[in-house]
Amino acid sequence: MHEMGIALEIIDIAAASIPADLAGVQVKTVNLKVGKLAAIVPESLRFCFTVATKNGPLDGAELVIEEIPVRARCEHCRHEWHVEGPAFRCPQCDAGRITLLSGRELNIESIEIID
Amino acid sequence: MPYAFYRLQRAAHHKDFKRPHPEPPDARIFSASGSGGTRKIKIVRRVLDVNEQIAARNRRRFAQHGVFVLNVMSSPGSGKTTLLEKTLARIASCIPCAVVVGDICTTHDADRLAVSGVPVVQINTDLFGGDCHLAAHVIESAVAEMELDGIRLLIVENIGNLVCPAEFDIGEDARVVVLSVTEGEDKPLKYPLMFRVCDAAILNKTDLLPHLDVDADAAVNNILKIHPDMPVFALSSKTEDGFDPWIGWLEEMVHHKQSHTDSQGL
Repeated sequence: MHEMGIALEIIDIAAASIPADLAGVQVKTVNLKVGKLAAIVPESLRFCFTVATKNGPLDGAELVIEEIPVRARCEHCRHEWHVEGPAFRCPQCDAGRITLLSGRELNIESIEIID
Repeated sequence: MPYAFYRLQRAAHHKDFKRPHPEPPDARIFSASGSGGTRKIKIVRRVLDVNEQIAARNRRRFAQHGVFVLNVMSSPGSGKTTLLEKTLARIASCIPCAVVVGDICTTHDADRLAVSGVPVVQINTDLFGGDCHLAAHVIESAVAEMELDGIRLLIVENIGNLVCPAEFDIGEDARVVVLSVTEGEDKPLKYPLMFRVCDAAILNKTDLLPHLDVDADAAVNNILKIHPDMPVFALSSKTEDGFDPWIGWLEEMVHHKQSHTDSQGL
């Protein structure tokens, strides 16, 4: 629901990352990592990004989203695993004290500009 | 506690609510690599970086004043306001409280909570596009003029929404999610992030259970599938049945922060 706000943040960060001597350059892609647990719908985010980049420094850029799986570590037996469904107990020892290793990312990784 | 009720006025505070912009990334993190007429510029930055920086600033300010901040989240209509009315009635005489209430429109919730006599700030997010969550900079503005000295517990009633508020740190000490039995037992499985990021859950409106085909045990089990070992308080805000363990947990959290603040000499 807040994808437009997220898209605007992404555009701000990406635009600010273009070095001053390359101002006006065309941005081909903005590369994002989004964890599967993040409260983001990739389709909606791409749509908002396309709308919000119109007529700005990122006009025409494509938002490339890499989805990151949810991984967890059991703090009891140190087992690490991919969390596939909505279940956050250790599949080995059934302990509940776990640490999420990945899956909450909402990171802008890089931009690709056309020389 | 003297009665005080601030209402953030649309015109006067509109400027405060402008979305903060990120600083340009540090030049040292640039690294360029070329191939086929394109060049990649490495950034590696959290999209919510700005929000997290402001949340950290809020957290420092709250720590300086020894205020425990509770972020209360839920879907619309789960009974947050009634829960807080009853909670304030029980604790406000012993623990000095203040409340920040977020809604897209109206001051209905603030009007109800102000009856308790504690300071209440209403935030209407239609000021900045009808945001579906409270972001850290909004909380920063809301508490900027609040006298925090002497306040021990600041309760933030977030916008009714089980998705977006889970993603935004506001500088709180603990998060509570309220789920009412009428929403169905499967909601924790459908909105795992919310139940994962919270420190306690309330299963509200248990007085309605005799009239519903809802399995309260299944609802609790589903919460625990997402967040094993999380405290879950099944209660009725209307009848206050099951209220004592919730109040006990909250008082314990506030006292813990207070003793931590005292020992740090803040």
